[in-house]
Amino acid sequence: MLLGPSLLVSAILFVIGVAGVLLRRNAIVIYMCVELMLNAVNLSFVALSQVHGLSGQVFVFFVMTVAAAEAAVGLAIILAIFRHHKSVDLRNINLLRG
Amino acid sequence: MTEQVFWFFAAVAVASAVLMVFMRNPIASAFWLIGTMLSLAAIYFILQAQFIGVIQVLVYAGAVMVLFLFVIMLLNLGRESPDLRRLPGLLGAVLLIGVLASQVGPLAGYSRERLALEYTRSTSLANPDVVFDSTLGAAQATRERGVPGDIAKPLFEQYLVPFELTSMLLLSAIVGAVVLAKRRI
Amino acid sequence: MHLPLDVLALALPSQAEVTAAAPEGLKLSVALIIGLPLLGFLLNGALSLWRPAAKTAVSLIGSGVLLAAFAVAVLRFRDLSVLWGASPETAPVVSLWSWLPVGDLKVDFAFQVDQLSMVMLLVVTGVGSLIHLFSVGYMRDDDGYARYFSYLNLFVAFMLVLVLGSSFPMMFIGWEGVGLCSYLLIGFWFTEKANADAGKKAFIVNRIGDFGFLIAMFLIWGAFGSLNFHEVFPRAAEVLPAGGPLVTAITLFLFLGCTGKSAQIPLYTWLPDAMAGPTPVSALIHAATMVTAGVYLVARANLLFALAPVSQTVVAGVGALTALFAATIGLRQYDIKKVLAYSTVSQLGYMFLGVGTGAITAGIFHLVTHAFFKALLFLGSGSVIYAMHHAYHATHSHEDAQDMRNMGGLFRYMPVTAVLMILATLAIAGIPPFAGFFSKDEILAFAFGRGEHQPIFRLFWAMGATAALLTAFYMARLIAMTFFGPNRTGEEEQKHLHEAPLTMTGPLLLLGILSVAGGWLNLPEFAQSLGKPELLHHWLEPVLTAGVRASESLGTLASLPQGRTEETLIGVAVALAVIGLVFGFVVTLRAPTVRAHDAPAEVGFWKVLYHKYYVDELYDWAIVQPLVAFSRVVLWQSVDQGTIDGAGVNGAARFSAALGWLGSRLQSGQLTTYVTLFLVGVLYVLGMVSWR
Repeated sequence: MLLGPSLLVSAILFVIGVAGVLLRRNAIVIYMCVELMLNAVNLSFVALSQVHGLSGQVFVFFVMTVAAAEAAVGLAIILAIFRHHKSVDLRNINLLRG
Repeated sequence: MTEQVFWFFAAVAVASAVLMVFMRNPIASAFWLIGTMLSLAAIYFILQAQFIGVIQVLVYAGAVMVLFLFVIMLLNLGRESPDLRRLPGLLGAVLLIGVLASQVGPLAGYSRERLALEYTRSTSLANPDVVFDSTLGAAQATRERGVPGDIAKPLFEQYLVPFELTSMLLLSAIVGAVVLAKRRI
Repeated sequence: MHLPLDVLALALPSQAEVTAAAPEGLKLSVALIIGLPLLGFLLNGALSLWRPAAKTAVSLIGSGVLLAAFAVAVLRFRDLSVLWGASPETAPVVSLWSWLPVGDLKVDFAFQVDQLSMVMLLVVTGVGSLIHLFSVGYMRDDDGYARYFSYLNLFVAFMLVLVLGSSFPMMFIGWEGVGLCSYLLIGFWFTEKANADAGKKAFIVNRIGDFGFLIAMFLIWGAFGSLNFHEVFPRAAEVLPAGGPLVTAITLFLFLGCTGKSAQIPLYTWLPDAMAGPTPVSALIHAATMVTAGVYLVARANLLFALAPVSQTVVAGVGALTALFAATIGLRQYDIKKVLAYSTVSQLGYMFLGVGTGAITAGIFHLVTHAFFKALLFLGSGSVIYAMHHAYHATHSHEDAQDMRNMGGLFRYMPVTAVLMILATLAIAGIPPFAGFFSKDEILAFAFGRGEHQPIFRLFWAMGATAALLTAFYMARLIAMTFFGPNRTGEEEQKHLHEAPLTMTGPLLLLGILSVAGGWLNLPEFAQSLGKPELLHHWLEPVLTAGVRASESLGTLASLPQGRTEETLIGVAVALAVIGLVFGFVVTLRAPTVRAHDAPAEVGFWKVLYHKYYVDELYDWAIVQPLVAFSRVVLWQSVDQGTIDGAGVNGAARFSAALGWLGSRLQSGQLTTYVTLFLVGVLYVLGMVSWR
């Protein structure tokens, strides 16, 4: 029940997250959009766990854990970059330019 | 009744997400994301994943987003300047998003029956109750051990090793975050 | 009186002796004949690089190899003449190795020694030896002595390949090779730009002729499927319809090659310039041997020419016209070698008139006698120039040692040379019983005879006769201006004028004897009292029978007029010669000649003659300049620089750079770019999955 609609919502949220990543310039906002994408996927897992069994929810558990760890490390990196460039505007961060 | 509630919270989640993307102030974006997450928690409840719903509020909205807010405030980021992207890039991004939407959109058409069909790769109708395990759904399991107990069983039995590994992961994340954010190592 | 040639007949070995000796010994002989000069080239070449001062060694090697080759040729001559007596149609072919086995074409590095080759062989090695001996004295003081002899030997080697080759490509090797050596030797003193230019001119003009030769070879290959003489000529009558366009085309293209190599109109302009080389070179290459290669070619391919009467007319016509044309130019040249050069062009015209009429024997006969007296004339002038050089060198004067206006009265100082040159002049003018009379008279007679069927040949006869008159005139003028009259060289120089050393006068003497006695090679019928008639004709008969048959069937057979007509013709010829000589002598000596230094400019028609009808200037304006401009503007700037450099080389580089630039755009360092690309990849995968 509610499988189709949940998957639809999940898809919409995922697309919005991708749009944010492509369109925004602020590093932190982009990171938040990534979190949004992860959430959309979580919704998808939960919806399908109704059909397939509890493994879906366990997986959500793990996703959240990893997302938390990743958020911590990622934000620390952004902090370090900010100290160097004095801004988190992605347009100016292109040291890897080849 | 359940469906209307579901759609309500779904609409809120989507609206919050859109607003999050288009807000210029990062703090505002963070708040709208929190809104999305809370709506999603509600949806989890509707989907009979109560434990996950609670965890969502506690960990995601409560810890991760707070961390975001801390960092935003620490960096003292103000409003951004307006322009999003130049036109050709914008068009390209929109195009790609459109393609992605078209790819992911068909997911909406799924139902239990259809899933059963695809799962067994059969051409005629399949009975989903037969295809999928009888312990389907959280509803049945909850009667036995309560909601947390449901999750705990597979977590500590089948997925014990990944569980322990995530603790290692969290440890390394802590160390990494501390090292990276230090002013002088 | 019967001359020693009968003695030769006695000296021929018996039948048995020869059949046993045939091809085994022949292979060795051919290898020796060609290999010895080649060896001389290599040895002298080595000496020129490492021991240029070893002049004695060079002289011995250079002349030695040639005398040895001549000796081998003479020995072979005795053997082969009997062999041919037995079966005249077969010419032994000596194949050294397989050279071009390409598809259906099989050309071996092979030589054939038949009667025609033998005649040429004896002339080349014989006269060549004499000229080598002369060079020993003439070039003694030159620094490039060793280099000179190495080139000269190489030339002889190539010329022998030319006359002994058994197929068209083999002949072509020799053809090109002598062209190369001609270039090397004309520009021998290459430090003077004019000499180098003359060498270049010779080579390039020759190339135009070679193009004709090549086209002819392609056509022959197309028609016959082979290029070997012994496969082409026997089948020629069947394969090529007589008088048809194919055989005419083949022969005309062959003749184009001849005009280049043998300096006929329109490709003769290189020969006068070639006088920039040392005089013995002019004697050997541009009088006796290389320039006669064209005549040899027509003689060798006489069957093809017999099948194409149109080509024969063209050949004869061009020959006659060249003879007349060059003779007129010779009337007003002052450089002694230039006069002789134009005389050579003119005499070559006679030879072509002969072979074009179908009188192959007459043409070859004139080739042989011309080799004798022209070589003598050139070497004699070499003696004169040698003396003049020494005189001017001693007084540090800068006058032109070759200008006849600076000579005069040299008889007193160089009597031997003078007498010999007078003999040669009598020969070339056609005074009986000297060599030139018999050969030239025979050619003119045949031309007149063919005029019965084709009236145009009467015109050719008239041109030839006029040319004979002019020849006598300008040769007498040369003798008069050089050896008689008051001496214009100068008081001081006169003390240093003397006769040439024996190494130089010796060969002159031998050539003198040949110029006098050469006529006995082919005495006409009516002169039977003097010796065995038509020796050369009988000798060459086997080579000519097929051509004669073809001409007979076409009704173009040249025949000697008999009886009254014959006597009249001879009378006319001799009369013209005498008149020319007398007038030339008297007219030249009557008007006082001025020294070159003080000579006034030419005027009117004399000016045109002096400037050789401005043909060189015409060629330069019409052909050379447009070619140079075309090469510069189109080929160099447009094609080479623009297209190949610009689009090809630089374009490829720029294309790679552009591709690289495109690639580097991917590495923008911007996170957004990378994410976008990432997304594209994901979409692709999704597409693949959902499409399935």
